[in-house]
Amino acid sequence: MSDNDQQLRVSKIRNGTVIDHIAGGQALNVLAILGIDGTSGDSVSVAMNMPSDRLGHKDVVKVEGRELSQDEVDVLSLIAPAATINIIRDYDVVEKRRVERPSVVEGVLECPNHNCITTEDEPVDSRFAVGDDGVRCEYCDTIIRDDLPAHILAE
Amino acid sequence: MRHDHIISAKQLSRGDIETVLDHAADIAADPGAFADRHTDTLLGMLFFEPSTRTKMSFTTAMKRLGGDIVDMGSVESSSVKKGESLADTVRVVEGYTDALVLRHPMEGSAKMASEFVDVPLVNAGDGAGQHPTQTLLDLYTIRENAGFDDLTIGIMGDLKYGRTVHSLAHALTTVDASQHFISPESLQLPRSVRYDLHEAGAGVREHTDLGEILPELDVLYVTRIQAERFPDESEYREVAGQYQIDADTLAAAKDDLTVMHPLPRVDEIAHDVDETTHAQYFQQAHNGVPVRMALLDLMLGGDQ
Repeated sequence: MSDNDQQLRVSKIRNGTVIDHIAGGQALNVLAILGIDGTSGDSVSVAMNMPSDRLGHKDVVKVEGRELSQDEVDVLSLIAPAATINIIRDYDVVEKRRVERPSVVEGVLECPNHNCITTEDEPVDSRFAVGDDGVRCEYCDTIIRDDLPAHILAE
Repeated sequence: MRHDHIISAKQLSRGDIETVLDHAADIAADPGAFADRHTDTLLGMLFFEPSTRTKMSFTTAMKRLGGDIVDMGSVESSSVKKGESLADTVRVVEGYTDALVLRHPMEGSAKMASEFVDVPLVNAGDGAGQHPTQTLLDLYTIRENAGFDDLTIGIMGDLKYGRTVHSLAHALTTVDASQHFISPESLQLPRSVRYDLHEAGAGVREHTDLGEILPELDVLYVTRIQAERFPDESEYREVAGQYQIDADTLAAAKDDLTVMHPLPRVDEIAHDVDETTHAQYFQQAHNGVPVRMALLDLMLGGDQ
């Protein structure tokens, strides 16, 4: 079965974004990191743990009516470094690109250090420097290496 | 040296450190020559948790430079009690003063506060994070007693939560010191400090027994093992006794070993050590004044 056939398991979208090659089981975390919880009215399709030559198993997310910004794509790289982004207009792929890891992510992750000032009611967003093998709080220096999705800030 | 804010020892280069220490030495040699240096300067003191030495030495330093301080007072008597954010507090007080000194129980508080003010801000301790001015006076004391060349230093006690340890460890990488960390396994260095030391290529070894390394040390920096860090008291009692030193312990040390402590001590250094030539912790505390005078003078434009 080709990748195209797999994508047809969920309906094609007219306009929006297809996020492909998400590591198997990470699709819901991708939705969380994009702040997509179904309340906005966007039509969202999710396929999980589909066979993939590159990844073994992969997830695919299709978001109707929304083109992801570069900032959103950058942040995705933290949990889906192999993801590809397909921008769809009138059923055609008009743009296809890989995600790239940003040097810093702001307001995306919650610092796991409960004594970090960013966890207080202060007018400041969390800010993490992105390294090769983890992220590091720019305020308290706490390093997160594992289970990044567990630290995604709720919208 | 030119830094708007002093937040972490990590921002200090070897050159920055030497500049402050050299200036502190000049001040210590002739403090009267600096008495009118900053007669119109007001330093805002924002201490959100108790402090004796740090607060008094900053106060003394500013007054010995001819300036004065404005003190927020205790948290209980301030608007913080009414729920004011730290960001608002520092924005208000920067309008009253020429520079700010902040002590706060949360890690990263000084960095965050510095993003809301234009006057220079000095981190006087942020939770278990950093305490860069303590590090400067520690380095001054180390340089005076042991020098920076081929320095072998042991740092013992609560290495996990001790902010003075974190700051000092970072700064010691700039002088290529050989660092030995002695602690119970449960209080070893946090991951972020280990990472930084590794990245800096620092010579670092960890021990659970002081005896393994004591004879090699030029400096032994002792910190308090805090009972409140342990989930149960019996576990604390078991380890705390292993990290106490007395005059007999130091019989195995070099004759010119320098023993330091950021103070306050409880029982980790027995009083019989005070009478030995090793003890430098009170002089270390006294060095806080010329070092903080030097830092304030440089930050406030005294080098121009």
